[in-house]
Amino acid sequence: MLESSPENYTEVDNCQCLTVEQAITNLKGEDQGLQYYAAWWLGRFRVQEPEVIEALIAALDDETNRTELGGYPLRRNAARALGKLGDCQAVPALIVCLDCSDFYVREAAVQSLGTLGDCRCVPELMKLLEGGLAVAQPIPGSPHLAQPYNLIMEVLGSLGANEAIDLIEPFLEHSVELLQYSAARAMYQLTQNPIYAERLVQALAGEKLLLRRAALSDLGAIGYLPAAKAIAQTSTENNLKLIALKGLLEHHVKNYSPESSSISDTATHLMNLMDKLL
Amino acid sequence: MTSNTNALELIRAVEQADSTASLLDAVKALANAHLEAGIPTLIEVLSYNNPSPAIAAVIGLVQLGEAAVLPLLNLMDDYNYGGRAWAIRALAGIADPRALETLLEAAEGDFAMSVRRAAARGLGNLYWSKMLPSEVNPAQKRAFKTLQVTSQDPEWVVRYATTVALQGLGNSVRVSQPDLVGEIKDELEQMLATDTDLTVRTRVQLAIKQL
Repeated sequence: MLESSPENYTEVDNCQCLTVEQAITNLKGEDQGLQYYAAWWLGRFRVQEPEVIEALIAALDDETNRTELGGYPLRRNAARALGKLGDCQAVPALIVCLDCSDFYVREAAVQSLGTLGDCRCVPELMKLLEGGLAVAQPIPGSPHLAQPYNLIMEVLGSLGANEAIDLIEPFLEHSVELLQYSAARAMYQLTQNPIYAERLVQALAGEKLLLRRAALSDLGAIGYLPAAKAIAQTSTENNLKLIALKGLLEHHVKNYSPESSSISDTATHLMNLMDKLL
Repeated sequence: MTSNTNALELIRAVEQADSTASLLDAVKALANAHLEAGIPTLIEVLSYNNPSPAIAAVIGLVQLGEAAVLPLLNLMDDYNYGGRAWAIRALAGIADPRALETLLEAAEGDFAMSVRRAAARGLGNLYWSKMLPSEVNPAQKRAFKTLQVTSQDPEWVVRYATTVALQGLGNSVRVSQPDLVGEIKDELEQMLATDTDLTVRTRVQLAIKQL
């Protein structure tokens, strides 16, 4: 999924000037606003100190900072930050967050578990897919489904969780196209069967820009080489096409040719397509 | 005579379009007609802050080539930022060396990466033969200086475009400025050794191979 995370737009100079020490103090302190900001800040600036990891893990249990609807803002930020810090110590606590009553805490935890790439989360992620399409239906008045299904499938796919195939497959028929794509993406990663990647290629010819963008991003993530030409030709911003082709190129280079040696014809072909999009 | 009538109709269709879809169709029709009379209208579209018609207008302007260069350069004085960005992309595509100053400035200093990307690429494939012969060598050196700056851009895609441009520039100066070719090769070797992005490094390898 393409996301415009706020950090892409945040200039370092505009940040509230914190030092590492101050941020840690704020995170452990009483002021909820400062705590919330410090949790984000420590992730944003990749402060990978043991004390920080420990304090962020503790913040996943926070009970004081609540929204009117019962959400846990500090837990959300702490879960997001822990994904950025790359320390697998956080995995068990993030797994516990998958049961949190706040959807956005669960979403942040799934995302961070995916970034951390630790397979211990697979069984708990699979539980969130149980019930299949019957459960995964729009909730009246809610902007999201019961679970962050797209992210869950994405993470299961990237972790190579073959045991989840039967749970993911039904989502190929979900009424929300974006979920079909997430399922197709994961199914391709788990089975390497081109039939699933071709569904994403077909989506590049679809009517809606948002869906073409999503399919582009998925194809780039799975590095599906036969999609190269369709990616170069689909009607979206060149920046997004370039990122998708970059995904194909890197997937190819990493898997098929040692970096220092000569360049394959496939790589050259991909770069020729990219050159034309500049 | 018929072509004049036709031009007026195509221009009017752009001016009167009342939705993005109808604007896009009208701009495409005008662009496909390759009419010099349509240039000011296509340029006007660049300022509408509407991406798909702007892309169609850029394609049309690039196809019209040289005739569109001065009107586009005049737009550079305009305050409309969105229009400027698209105009720079059109100038990079036309590759007329009269746009050199504009491209140098945009490649180094524009805040939009898609503009820096297009401008950097444009510096590598200008039609140098359209310049006064005495001006070519110094201009190519200046292009190289700017590409050295853009080779350090924080965005991978700008560094990728820089690599493509260095390859193009290297091929243009192969005979006329062997020293500069050497400097370009050194720059590429430097990028290969230090760039953190795998895609950029792979493109640098290709450039070195093809230079």
